Amino acid sequence: MKVSVPSPLYSYTGQLRDVEASGTSVMELLGDLERQFPGIRFRMIDEQDRLRPHMRIFVNRVETRRLDVALAGSEEIHILQALSGG
Amino acid sequence: MPRATVLLTATRKGLWFLHAAAGRRGWRVEGPHFLGHELHHAVLDPRDGRTLLVAAKTGHLGPTVFRSLDFGKSWKEAAQPPAFRKASEGETGLAVHHVFWLSPAHASEPGVWYAGTSPEGLFRSEDGGASWEPVTGFNDHPQYSIGVAGVGGTPDGPVLHSILVDPRDAKHLYISISGAVGGTFESRDRGASWKPINAGVRVDFLPDPYPEVGQDPHCVRFHPLDPDVLYQQNHVGIYRLYRPAERWERIGDNMPREVGDIGFPMTLHPRDVNTAWVFPMDGSDVWPRVSPGGKPAVYETRDAGKSWTRRDVGLPREQAWLTVRRQAMTADACDPLGLYFGTTAGELWASTDEAARWDCIARHLPQIHAVEAAEFGA
Repeated sequence: MKVSVPSPLYSYTGQLRDVEASGTSVMELLGDLERQFPGIRFRMIDEQDRLRPHMRIFVNRVETRRLDVALAGSEEIHILQALSGG
Repeated sequence: MPRATVLLTATRKGLWFLHAAAGRRGWRVEGPHFLGHELHHAVLDPRDGRTLLVAAKTGHLGPTVFRSLDFGKSWKEAAQPPAFRKASEGETGLAVHHVFWLSPAHASEPGVWYAGTSPEGLFRSEDGGASWEPVTGFNDHPQYSIGVAGVGGTPDGPVLHSILVDPRDAKHLYISISGAVGGTFESRDRGASWKPINAGVRVDFLPDPYPEVGQDPHCVRFHPLDPDVLYQQNHVGIYRLYRPAERWERIGDNMPREVGDIGFPMTLHPRDVNTAWVFPMDGSDVWPRVSPGGKPAVYETRDAGKSWTRRDVGLPREQAWLTVRRQAMTADACDPLGLYFGTTAGELWASTDEAARWDCIARHLPQIHAVEAAEFGA
């Protein structure tokens, strides 16, 4: 699956916006990202497996805050960060 | 032997180093490192003189720790940053918001570090900061942990800070908390068990002015030559404790009444147990948290708090509303001693003659969270 990541995470992906990852759920997909880019998961997901505030995940352009959403393998994933503050 | 000095300046927008050659006559600003990252503390390991740890958070990304072995030329992120344990079914799970404080452990434990977080948690690394584990003796404490107490604390969130490791005994620790169950706590078994040590420390925000816990220590230091001598700048006053006594003495009562004894940081003279400096702030009515009257000054005691002397030569005379956070005032180890403080307005001030005169050595930095001094060979 193609996964787009936000610019604050480019330091993990070798400055790439779009990467490939696999998994049968969003949770597994995040695990695959972590295997490829160590450290990236904890910046998005806290130790209780909750999506951090302002981090947003879209599966085929539909937002989900649940990590157990099933994936077929053909989805397009957007991980975005809703910037705020100064 | 003359040594170069570097100030590790952690800010809301990155990390800067200020370098001075021996003599400290001029300062060179180097940085930024981690531009845009919010850094709460940067500490050089005094045991090896090369391991540098920084506590970082980036906007809305999770908290982490970065390490450098070449003084910032390259950085490596912790493989396992400080994180609370995964909650059991039905339990409210805690998440570290940011790492607030870093302390190297005992000289006999190379590579061991402690970290304090917001919300209040204590973590330990045994591999130079690469991986961190919760200190369960505190984080799961049945009375004092945040899981029991709930969230409280400062406008920026509750924090665990002032992690002190007794140079005579690696197992003897102090920690302090600004949070729901605030106060200073002592462990004699490397963090397995804890007892509060707050007798004599007043609170003015609870019905009982002298509870066992609930105080708000802002900065607690012990003296490197005599770790039985502790000082603290508290939300409610300046205190001193000489162990094995357990009752703090309010030495801030000896401050000028019009200035008061409220503030955030406190710094000790590494060669004189009776000398300390504070940076008073206005703690009246709505707590402006700025220099009283807009006239900033450092106050100095040379007699363990019996008397205090205003030290403001070189500082602005009026209309200067400075705020200095609890980690943002420090001393080097030179002779004469150098003192430094950073402001939330991004100014860094230095005195190279033990507070007799102050000079602004950097302006226009982001909000300064922490300043630590380190020294290097000739």
